[in-house]
Parts: sequence; C-alpha cells; structure tokens
Amino acid sequence: MVERTPFLNFFTHLILFIGFVFCIAPFVVVVIAASHNLKDVNDVPMSLLPGSDFWVNIKTAWTTADLGPKLLNSFIMATGVAAGKVIVSALTAFSIVYFRYPGRMLIFWLIFITLMLPLEVRIVPTYAVVANVLEPYQAILDLTGISWLIEKVSGVQVQLSLGLLNSYSGLILPLVATATGTFLYRQFFLTVPDELTEAARMDGAGALRFFIDILLPLSRNNMAALGTIMFLWAWNQYLWPLLITTDQSHAMAVTELKQLIPNVGGIPEWHIAMAGTLIVMLPPLIVVVLMQRWFVRGLIATEK
Amino acid sequence: MEKRVTFGKWTIGILFAVPQLLLIFTFFYWPAGQAVYWSLTLQQPWGGGNIWVGLDNFRSILSNADYWNSITASLVFAGISTGLAMFIALVLAALTDRQLAGSRLYRVVLIWPYGIAAPALAMAFRFILAPEAGFMAVVNQVWPGFWDPGLDGADAMASIIVAFSWKYVGYNFIFFLAAFQAIPRSLIEAAAMDGSGVIRRFWDIQFPLITPTIFFLLVINITESFQDSFGIVDIMTAGGPANATNLMVYKIYSDGFKGLDYSGAAAQSIILMLLIIVLTIFQFRFIERRVHYR
Repeated sequence: MVERTPFLNFFTHLILFIGFVFCIAPFVVVVIAASHNLKDVNDVPMSLLPGSDFWVNIKTAWTTADLGPKLLNSFIMATGVAAGKVIVSALTAFSIVYFRYPGRMLIFWLIFITLMLPLEVRIVPTYAVVANVLEPYQAILDLTGISWLIEKVSGVQVQLSLGLLNSYSGLILPLVATATGTFLYRQFFLTVPDELTEAARMDGAGALRFFIDILLPLSRNNMAALGTIMFLWAWNQYLWPLLITTDQSHAMAVTELKQLIPNVGGIPEWHIAMAGTLIVMLPPLIVVVLMQRWFVRGLIATEK
Repeated sequence: MEKRVTFGKWTIGILFAVPQLLLIFTFFYWPAGQAVYWSLTLQQPWGGGNIWVGLDNFRSILSNADYWNSITASLVFAGISTGLAMFIALVLAALTDRQLAGSRLYRVVLIWPYGIAAPALAMAFRFILAPEAGFMAVVNQVWPGFWDPGLDGADAMASIIVAFSWKYVGYNFIFFLAAFQAIPRSLIEAAAMDGSGVIRRFWDIQFPLITPTIFFLLVINITESFQDSFGIVDIMTAGGPANATNLMVYKIYSDGFKGLDYSGAAAQSIILMLLIIVLTIFQFRFIERRVHYR
C-alpha cells in the first residue's frame, strides 16, 4: 500500500470477499447437502443449516459406489504417475543437458512436440495401442520383414501381444508419456554451476555417480513440486480411466462418481451424490492445502 | 543455453533417454500416426482389415451438420469460459496484490478450486444448478420455467461454462498473482511519487508488464477448454439437450467408443489436433506481437 485510498480499499475488500464467497460456496453447499436427509435436500430453498445425517450419507455413498477399493486404485495410479514422471523426466533431462551426442536436438524436439497434443485428442488410437501394447513393435517387425525371416528360419510365427486394458500399467504408462516434467528438470539442470560437474569429474565420479550423488539431491525441491502437481493431475484424470477400466475392480474414484448421478424420475438422492462428491474431492483438496507451496511452485515451473 | 562441461561417453547418455523415448514412441507417436491411418481408411464391419477411402471420412464429417454444431459449441464454450475465467482471476489477483489486510487468506483459498477433479466439481454444480432442487430452484419458483439445463440448450451451455470457469479462475489466479508480485515495488512507488493513482498505475505499469502472462494463460485456457471439459460435460449434460453441449472431445468419445466408428472418430481427432495447432499458432502470430516482454 503506497498511499491512503479508503474508498478504493473498501471496494478491494468487497470484491475480494465476493470472490472468496463464490470460491468456497460450492464446497460449503456440498458439505451441507451431504448432511441432509432425502426430504430436506430437495426442499426449495434448501436449508443452509447442516442436517444430522452426514455420517449416514457418507456411509451410503461409500457402499453404493464401493469407494474404498476405488480410492485405493486412484491412489495407486496417482502415485504411479507421479513417481514415473519424477524418475523418467529426470533421466531424460540429464541425458539432454549433460551429454553431447548426435541426434540430441532431435530427441529434444521429439519430446517437446508431445506437449502440443494431450491424451484427450488422440484417445482412440492410444486406446488401441494399450489393448495390445506390443502392436507397434509387431508392425515394425512385419514391415521390415524380420518376422517373415524368423518364420522361415525357425518356423515360429511372431505374434507379439500384451494387453494392458484393466491394469495399472495400462492406466499409468500413457499418462507418463508426455514431456511436462522433462523441461522443469532441464531448466533446473542448466542453472547448476559447471564447477560442480568439474569438481565431481576431478574426483573421479562418472556420469551415473554425479547424477545420483549430486544432481538428484540438488533437485529435491523440483521433485517435490513435480510430484505434487502430477499426483493431483493423475488423481483428477477422468476420460482415460473411464476407457481403460471396463472391469469394476480397476475403476477409479473419480469415474465412480457417475454411478451417483441421481436417476431421472423419482426423488433425486442428491444427499448421497453430494456425500460421494465430498469423499472424492477431499484427497486432492487435502494435498493442495498441505502442499500449497509445492503445488504453486510446481504449477508455475512445469508450465513455463 | 548449453553446458560447457559434459560427460564423454555419449552412449551412456542416450541410455538415459531411452525410457522416455520408448514411452513417447509407444503411446504418442504410434497412436498419432495410427490416427492418421484410420482417418484415411474405413474399417469393414465384419473384419477383413481396413480399406483405403482417402479423404472420404473427412468429407462425410465436414458435411455433417452435427459436427459443425459441435465445433460451434466448442468455440463458444472456449471463448466465453476463457474470457470469464481470465477476467475474474485478473481482477482478483490485482486486488490481492494490493496486500491489504487479509490478502494472505485470499491467496490461500482462491487456489483451492483448481485442485478439484472436473467431474467432482461438475457433480457439485449439477446439484447447485439443478432446476428442481438446489439453488436455481429458488429462481424457478419465482419465475417458473426460467431455468432448465435439461431442456434448454443455452442453460446447459451456461452450466458447463460456470463449472469450468470456477475451476480455472483458481488456476489463472496463481499465475496472475505471481506475475504481479514479480513487478518491482520500486516501479509502483516511483509512479506513486509522480502522482499517478491506483487505476492509472494499473493500466500504465502493471498491465503492460503482465501481458506475457495474459498471453500464456490465453493459450493454456483455450487448449484446456478443449480437454478438461470432458468430465464436466459427461457428468453435467452428457452432450445434451439436443447436442447443445456436445463438445468436440465428447463427440469423439461418443462416436468412437459408443458408436464404434473408429474411422470417423480418428478423423475428428485429426481435425481437433489441427484446430488446436492452428489456434496456438494464430495466438503466437497475432497476439504475441502486442505482448511486452521485459
């Protein structure tokens, strides 16, 4: 605040307060609706005083959508994606920054382009690949005539097939296959002083030793930021899990929400729907609140 | 920028990049190529491989009124929700940056919506905006028939725009606030010394300095409005009523996986990819010129 502006300050407070109310109102409404019974939740206007059925509704939503195993699935998948990104991106960035080899810029651009087209727009063919993840390699063998050669020589017909539908790897791997984290690490590695590398080499450390003992400990902050943001991103995925998990035992918490949409006809069970919504939105919210610093940092660093 | 000191054995270097290269080849480049192949062929209904049909898939899609309707709906959705989310976030961030009492609270809370999964917030808004219960029901009691996203296409579109904007206000807010805070205080103070007021300082100093952020968010918001909208549409409207909210990604999903028309869905994917690329290039070409980089 540079000067006294009482009038403008009043407006600032007013507008920020309105923004605040609009921001938390949906959370509040969900919690209150989840605490009503069937009759109260359908009252017009709905009472803004919490009802007494909160735990009953939570329990009903939990069993109806079978949320226990679904939350576990979501957790496994989100952790897998976050860990995969943190590790794979670090390796690639190390390769791009610390080595000089032919085709390095090509690799850089190949990875960069993946940022342009997210999973949602190439969903149909990606689904087909996951149905048989070795299909690209089979096609390559067929086209180059290697499978023909093998068949002639050994009489074995080459049929590579590995379906990843309804599996954790099928859920996780395609989500790891983008470039988001690579550039975060690249930017950071470029700021690491060359003297460190020189000193390490002088002491006889090879590339692997330098990477594990010096570079990774230095990137701890970046890993936390990237891990947080990727965990949330993966937890909130919807379209991909919806396609890949036709089997109930692999369904995610977020996709199970659909089961709770009240039927048309009859009195809509909004109290159960809102209880389920609350359960599903709570874990990412907790992560955002507890990890806010990393979350903000990760967002800003991964996108720039 | 390049490193001066590097490691000699480049064979080891390539090994480090192999995991990611395998992943993007298998799950990115192959599928993308496959989409092009499918879009140019037609799968025979009783097996027997694909037959080459050239651009027929594109022709049949582009002559379909439903598809144009879907493009229009996507562009309307992208335009309005991006505008809303960015404008509101800009105002809130500018005001939070004035650092009056309580601004720390806003800084924490206004970010929360971005953490919520699109389908979960869609469910919350489906209830809040439901015509028979929730809050719009009160309005409907006063003016019967005023609001019904289940029957009125414009109402349904408004619902998904509200839900999407609510989430992305939080996202944009983070970036705008970071941009405002990166402006040196001394600049603001010097301008105040010269006698310019708060509004004047905003337009003459802060706004020009955050144009790179505005540009960046414009690109991201529009791209996200094509992808992240899927969960919202699926939970809130399922593309209805009468295809009023059948956005492009939703249509690809329903044609490809419910209608089992892979070739048509692949052709639509290609068009969507091209559209996103063209929009991004357009923004770089024409809007970035007006951006002041420091």
